Amino acid sequence: MSGAGDGNGGSRVLPQAAPQREEVPSWRLLVTLGSTGAIAGLLLVFVYQATQPAIQAYRAMVLRQAVQEVLKGPERWDTLYVVDGGLVQELPAETDPAGLEMVFLGYHEDGQPIGFAITGGEFGFQDIIDLIFGYDPGTKTVTGMKVLANKETPGLGDKIEKDSVFVAEFDGSETPLVGVKSGRATGAANEVDMITGATISSRAVIAIINHRLELLGPMIAAYLEEAN
Amino acid sequence: MSSSRLLVTASPHLRGPASTPKIMWNVVGSLVPVVATAGYFFGFGALLVIAAATLGALLTEMVFGSKGSLGDGSAAITGLLLGLTLPPGFPLWMSFLGGVVAIAFGKLIFGGLGQNMFNPALLGRAFLQAAFPVAITTWPTGEEGWWNLSPTQASLPLMGAEVDTVTGATPLGLWKFERIATDAVDLLTGAIGGSAGETSAVVITICGGYLALRNFLNWRIPAGIFLTVFVLSGALWLIDAGRYPSPVFMLFSGGLMLGAWFMATDMVTSPVTSRGCWIFGAGIGALVVLIRNWGGLPEGVMYAILLMNAMVPYLNQWTQPRVFGTRLGEAAS
Amino acid sequence: MPRQTTPGQDLTRGIWRENPVLIQMLGLCPALAVTNTVVNSIAMGLATFFVLLCSSILVSTFRKLIPSEVRISTYILIIATFVTIADMTLEAVVPEVHKALGAFIALIVVNCMILGRQEAFASKNTVPRAIIDAVGTGIGFIIALLMMGSIREILGYGTFLGFPIFGSNYEPWIVFILPPGGFFTIGFILLALNWWERRKLERARAGEPPAGAAVERAA
Repeated sequence: MSGAGDGNGGSRVLPQAAPQREEVPSWRLLVTLGSTGAIAGLLLVFVYQATQPAIQAYRAMVLRQAVQEVLKGPERWDTLYVVDGGLVQELPAETDPAGLEMVFLGYHEDGQPIGFAITGGEFGFQDIIDLIFGYDPGTKTVTGMKVLANKETPGLGDKIEKDSVFVAEFDGSETPLVGVKSGRATGAANEVDMITGATISSRAVIAIINHRLELLGPMIAAYLEEAN
Repeated sequence: MSSSRLLVTASPHLRGPASTPKIMWNVVGSLVPVVATAGYFFGFGALLVIAAATLGALLTEMVFGSKGSLGDGSAAITGLLLGLTLPPGFPLWMSFLGGVVAIAFGKLIFGGLGQNMFNPALLGRAFLQAAFPVAITTWPTGEEGWWNLSPTQASLPLMGAEVDTVTGATPLGLWKFERIATDAVDLLTGAIGGSAGETSAVVITICGGYLALRNFLNWRIPAGIFLTVFVLSGALWLIDAGRYPSPVFMLFSGGLMLGAWFMATDMVTSPVTSRGCWIFGAGIGALVVLIRNWGGLPEGVMYAILLMNAMVPYLNQWTQPRVFGTRLGEAAS
Repeated sequence: MPRQTTPGQDLTRGIWRENPVLIQMLGLCPALAVTNTVVNSIAMGLATFFVLLCSSILVSTFRKLIPSEVRISTYILIIATFVTIADMTLEAVVPEVHKALGAFIALIVVNCMILGRQEAFASKNTVPRAIIDAVGTGIGFIIALLMMGSIREILGYGTFLGFPIFGSNYEPWIVFILPPGGFFTIGFILLALNWWERRKLERARAGEPPAGAAVERAA
């Protein structure tokens, strides 16, 4: 490994350049940096515009698929915003929709509402777990759950996303959910079997859903009452 | 150069009767009752797990260690201790692998006995914990017969369990996840779930106490650990007994007994000064209380000891005794 | 004076004898962080390769115009531009891979291997030679990442490129897909390489020339 210095005379430049260094006018430094920055900016604007549609389309598709999945294929859905402790479909004129919490109300083909798709996130074992779940306010049951983002231990905690048995546990279970260790279920309709070895991640998922419903449940009830 | 009549040697010239192999084999001997208790409560499977870990450790020492290092007994201790930290139904090939990792990466890679920073057995266990988090937290229910092996144990190398087994729980897990406290008498005698060596607090204390009496381990370390755990968890328990477990439970559950008597006191990875030992023990105790109460995992003795192992060089430096006649800091070193 | 090297040496030097990760120990952050699967390793390798190549071309082209006082900031600006381009392109073309690599694409900016090649080579050599050097170094980086990724995916998931190779009952060594596994793996690789090098040297000393004795000339 003696050849590590071959041909990359970087270490030899400084002592050489030091004695014969001449003063470079500062305008040249500014021009160099300025023009590099300008070219870089121009290039980035071009690439940004070229890639942005695909990126946005992908994000929209991820959301669409998630809502489809947790509400079991709604015909269409409305986006509702959480404003001042209530749900509204039409935002007040001057409100900026960015940054507002959203829930999605899905409908059957015949116009009957199926339920709400609600997103939520809380700390799991390693980092925040983000998920979306469907909720039927009529029967107070969860209709489906999908983890959108997690950094849980690969092969263990990330089973909350990848283990289809665990994900299916949520379909049709009553709220509030209760996590039980596998093999200890009593058969109650609100029980969710947790993943062996990933108790903390499993609990986090259950807690997210319960907490979101504690917060949004009354709002959903109020919204439905108003709509009738 | 050297003449047989005039031999110049460096001090010390008076030696005690203790030697490394002697101390080490004494520790091995004092572990025998602990292993026997583990075998009594957890069955034949636990003994196999301990044997596999010890075999892995000894073979690695034999193949990669320096000549004759097998005889000093340190590899046997590492293997036994590692086996004692594993669940009784642990797959044997993983146990063996843990022994290999403990010796190869816990000790030999640093240069052999006396050079390692971390307790090799715990390093092996930390590796297994990170590699096989499910298997290492799968505890038997304790309802199997003595000769019955868990089906996971015989799994082929690299392969997992073929069947889903019914799993039991440890006292710490029960507390952490379900807020169920375990009876103190069970904790003392060892009739509880958990790793092979997390059994009888009484037996472990007797064996550790023997070593402390013979001065083969520094009693200040376990004393510092127990005192800190007792005081800190006692204070928390007085604040909110529903949320924090009682100090007695904290002392006698999990691997605290085994860790405090046999692992924290490893001569290579603990401080050499008395004050250093007190600080070392107190640090481990505080970390154990911290991890058990607020950490993600139910048990934290392993990480507490490993973290404090990393502090040992600093503790040795900070607690250096003053040379007589000098001020602190100007000792000729 | 920097010794002149032939274009062939420019190319092969970076691939093996001065491999950026395995010999020079540069760019260890991505090499440790995102090599838990072969696909991630390839994606990270290609993204870095792209950034290195484009930056080298640009730096070499304008090497006479960039005053040495601001050369580092200019290089970083150029590198950062291409990193952002790679980031956006990956997100648009392969969003799944982009999600898996996360922040580490943006962190290519601080991969000292890239800045190192600009400072040490591209800023003093003609464009064609800078391209050859960048290709060699980039391939060396990809090779190192692939070695890491293969070992970690095989042990950590029991698969290679997603295909199971041990059967369905394999018990994955989860530690190898976690960060500690990265350190373990690179430690193993370096251990093996150094052991091999040393054995080669010892053999050469013992007088029995190994097969590749010609490569062993002292620099």
